[in-house]
This record gives sequence, C-alpha cells and structure tokens, in this order.
Amino acid sequence: MFKKILIANRGEIALRTIWACRELGIKTVAVYSSEDADSLHVRFSDEDICIGPPSNKASYLNIPAVISAAELSGADGIHPGYGFLAENAHFAEICNACRITFIGPEPSVIRLMGDKAKARETMIAAGVPVVPGSEGVVKTEERALELAEEIGYPVILKAAAGGGGKGMRTAVSNTELRDSFKLAQAEAVSAFGNGTLYLERFLVNPRHVEFQILGDTQGTIVQLGERDCSIQRRHQKLIEESPSPALDDQLRSRMAATAVAAAQAVNYTSVGTIEFLLDSDGNYYFMEMNTRIQVEHPVTEMVMGVDLVKEQIRIAAGEPLTEHLGTYRHRGHSIECRINAEDPETFAPCPGQLTDLYFPGGPGVRIDSALHGSSSISRYYDSLIAKVITHGVNRSEALDRMRRALQAVVIEGVKTSIPFLLQVIEDEDFIRGDYSTGYLEKFMARKKARLS
Amino acid sequence: MNFEEIKELVEIISTRNVNEFELERAGIKIRISKNQPLAAAAPAPLNSLTPPAVGGGAGTVVTQPAPAAPTASPGSVLAPADAEEEGLLLVKSPMVGTFYAAPSPESPPYITASEEVSPGKVLCIIEAMKLMNEIECEVSGTVVRVYPENGQPVEFGETLFSIRPR
Repeated sequence: MFKKILIANRGEIALRTIWACRELGIKTVAVYSSEDADSLHVRFSDEDICIGPPSNKASYLNIPAVISAAELSGADGIHPGYGFLAENAHFAEICNACRITFIGPEPSVIRLMGDKAKARETMIAAGVPVVPGSEGVVKTEERALELAEEIGYPVILKAAAGGGGKGMRTAVSNTELRDSFKLAQAEAVSAFGNGTLYLERFLVNPRHVEFQILGDTQGTIVQLGERDCSIQRRHQKLIEESPSPALDDQLRSRMAATAVAAAQAVNYTSVGTIEFLLDSDGNYYFMEMNTRIQVEHPVTEMVMGVDLVKEQIRIAAGEPLTEHLGTYRHRGHSIECRINAEDPETFAPCPGQLTDLYFPGGPGVRIDSALHGSSSISRYYDSLIAKVITHGVNRSEALDRMRRALQAVVIEGVKTSIPFLLQVIEDEDFIRGDYSTGYLEKFMARKKARLS
Repeated sequence: MNFEEIKELVEIISTRNVNEFELERAGIKIRISKNQPLAAAAPAPLNSLTPPAVGGGAGTVVTQPAPAAPTASPGSVLAPADAEEEGLLLVKSPMVGTFYAAPSPESPPYITASEEVSPGKVLCIIEAMKLMNEIECEVSGTVVRVYPENGQPVEFGETLFSIRPR
C-alpha cells in the first residue's frame, strides 16, 4: 500500500481524496497555486506545497512542478482527481518513469480512449455497439456524403481530437452536409490543431446513461450499475441519478454486460466509466470511456455502498478488488445536483467572496464541497463549488430529500445555480423521470415562454 | 479603435526598432511586444522532462514588501519578520524545487550576505526534475540575507534572498 499520496488537484475532489487516504492510513501531500493558499485541501493534508501562480497552466497543469513536488515530498503515488492532468497519458508516463505510481489506468489505455476514432475502432472490434457511422476517420467530403447515404440522415460530424462540443456539426441533407464538413473541419483545426473528422448517425434526444466500471491488476473487471446524466446544458452535466428511470432489469443487465466487455477489451485496471447513448427504442451505443474518477461518482457510492476512491487507490497499489464487489446490487435511489457559482438566469460564472455558508445534513444527505465560511471563489477555476447528493429508499424519497436539502443550503456572497436546480426538480417531466439530453433546452424554452 | 488601426499599429511597430509598446485609451488597452522567445520555446522532444527555462531570471518574482502589512500572497509562509524592514527587495522562488547555494558541493556559494550583486549575477540554483535552473539577479544592491539552507526544498513564491537596492 502507498505511504504518501500527492493529490494533483484542488477543490472538492482533492478533499474527497484526502478523506479516502485518511481512512486508509495514507499520508497526503496537497499541491496548490498561490490563489488557493487558504483552501481546505491545503488545510487538511499532511503536507502542502505551493507549485505556482494562479493560472492552471502554471500550476495544476504544470507537470514539472507537480513531479518536482512529488519528489521533494517523497510521495509514492499521485492521485490526479478529475480534469487537469487526470487523462493526460504523457503525465501518467512521466509519473511511472519517475517511479511514482499514477493512480489510474495504464497510460496506453488513457491514450487509446482519448482518441475518439481509435476508441470507436477498438469497441467495434470488441463487439460493442457504436452509433452507426464511419469506421475510423472520414477523409473527404465525398466519402462523408457516401456514408451519410448509407447510414441515413440526420448525421453528426465530430472532431477526432474533440470534446466540449467544438468541431461538432449536424446535417439533415446532402447540401447541409457539404457545408457542415468544411465548418467542422475548420473548427477542429482551430480548436485542436487537428482537422480529422468522423461521422455518425445523429440520435435525436437520446439519454446519456453511463456504467461504473472497476478493474484490478489481477484481471477482475466488475460493473457497479449505471448513472443517468441526461440533464445537461451544453454537454455539462447538472443532475445525475442512479438507477436510471429509463432502464428495466433486462435492459440494465444487457448494458452492464456490454460495459464489462468494453472494459475487458482494453484490460482496464482502475475505476472508469463507459458512456452510452440510449434511444427511445432501447437501442444503446458506446459513446466514450472516461479513464478517471468522475464528478458524479457519489451517486454510485450511495446506492452501491462502496467507496470508489478507496477502491481506486487499492487497485493502484496492486491489491484485488473488494471481495464479491461484482455481486453488489443497488439499494434505493440516489440523486446528485451540482451547485455552480453562476447566475441562475444567464449561467454566467460568478466568482466572489463568500459572506455566509451553511450546508444541511440529516438523513440521506451528503455534501461534497471544499467551501468554507471565508472562501473566495476564484475566477481562475471551474465554477463547480458543491455537490448535493441525496439517498432514499426510492426515487421519490431521494427527490424529497434533494428539495429540502437545496432549500436549506445557504451560500451568500455569490450567485449559485440552486434556484435553477430547484425549478428543474419541481418540474413534472423531471419528477416522472421523463427526460433526455434535449430536456434542458426544452425546459428553458418553456420557461422563457411563461415569462414573456 | 478598430481592427484596421490595430493592424496598422502592429505593422509600424514591427518595422521600427521598438521592443514594446503599450497604449491605453477609452476603455481599451493594447500591448505589443517583440520579446524574443526564450530558449524554452524550441520544440522539446515529447518525453522531455524539461521545465520552463528560467532565462535571465524571467520567472523571478521581485517584490517590495509593504511596510507593516503582512504579505498576503503567495502562500502563508512568505512573510519573514525582518522583511518588513523598509526598502528591502525580496527575491522569491519562481518554481518549486531544491535550493542550492553553490554550483557543486565543493564550490563556494554563489553569494553570501553583505555581498554586492548586479543584474545577471547568478544567485542560486533551483533544481526541479533533475534540471538545474540558475536564478539570476534582476537588481543592483547588497544581499542582506539568504533565507533557505543549502539543499532545502522551496515552494513557488518562497523568499530566497533579501536585497537592499542601490
């Protein structure tokens, strides 16, 4: 087992990782930018090292500074959290070359899954269903037109190096596809320096359902059920829940088996997530694999009774997964709402100084946050400031607890997304579990119509 | 000011012997700099562990301590008691690493207290990821105090020297 772990992250996930290390009896090293000197991950770690000025590039993304801090502190493992260096294969290789264990999967697997086109090829070879489309990249406009005729419109073009909606274009006809191809290529070049595209059938308002996977170095791979993350705004998840209101037992076990097969295809050895798109006819397709711990991991922890970060650390130390983990079944229902420091009307980020803070507890309520009473929310970093996670015997109780918890959260000094979240969880369609990735767009349009 | 005017400005400056140009008016601020890229800008091999080079002490932070007020940033360990003495400049570490006062264990230290320094003079080495980064002086003056011990780890922003400027 590790003796000392350096946590190459900040905010709630750095704190979450410190809690896991404390329970495992492992010493922790926090690294921080000069902007974060007054933060809780610095306060609650055993050691702390300032690695740079506020900008991400100069601190949390600064590989030489992070490695240097690990060497100076004598850490034998680095936990990357999510974001920052978590899915940087080059960083994982450097850690391993410096004999500091990267707490995550093999660098080669990170690299493979980070390349959307290669990941897709790998999954096709493993018999995992993918959205009908090009096998590999589409080099020319003519080839794109041929393919679109074959698989049927609407189609979507995506940048092979992409993410975050950039380099993505949809088309419903030949004429539109000609224009989209040029635009998507130009966008991909400017955003990623790589104009390689691939093409897929565009699913109209699918659900985003992902499966939690764990694999150990002994070759055991298990899945711990799904999370429904369809409530998204511009590809940013806002509310996640487990189990998904859209799955019955039969569909669930089919998707779970596929998720395990996908992880087996790359001999996966950490915690990871297989993301699927699910259409209204119960067809599901591999979208991508996330090779890290995810923001929404707590909903799985609540319904499965596991500690995913501790499992992740044990796996990296070469230990086998907790016995019988693969036979765990979900108990009750869990929902997570992400609280962002942003204007609930315009979604503009809202940094600033907190003047008051209260988080409710009580039955079935968990808050993951690194806020404290005198926190200042920095403009340099992500606007996610807290995650409210509730658990209940069923979805209805989990929702009741979410409502009362959100109503009792006090965050003064900055605007937060809480009023918006409350509106969503009071919405009839959401309460019925009747929603897809297109839900928020419709919700906003309805809201606008009501106001005008 | 419109795009054409900015373009014109860039063209004029790029053909003249001007290294830097700054203009602020009516809510906009323009800064055009012809600074040559540092050695670090050369394409590095993919697996190189090279941290950004500290060319000419470019990363060195020199601050004038505010009298009486505790230094608020960066970090909390950065307000040595006597730094409040008026008129002293603090040289802070531009990176996290190991502080070396001399080029090798046998050599005498680069500088000692009460020594005269001038811009370009090497003050110490910070080792980060097996790379020796020379930290150069940016001012003329007298070294008042060397803070870290030889071989001691230092953080980003940690005080290395205080200098009384001339």
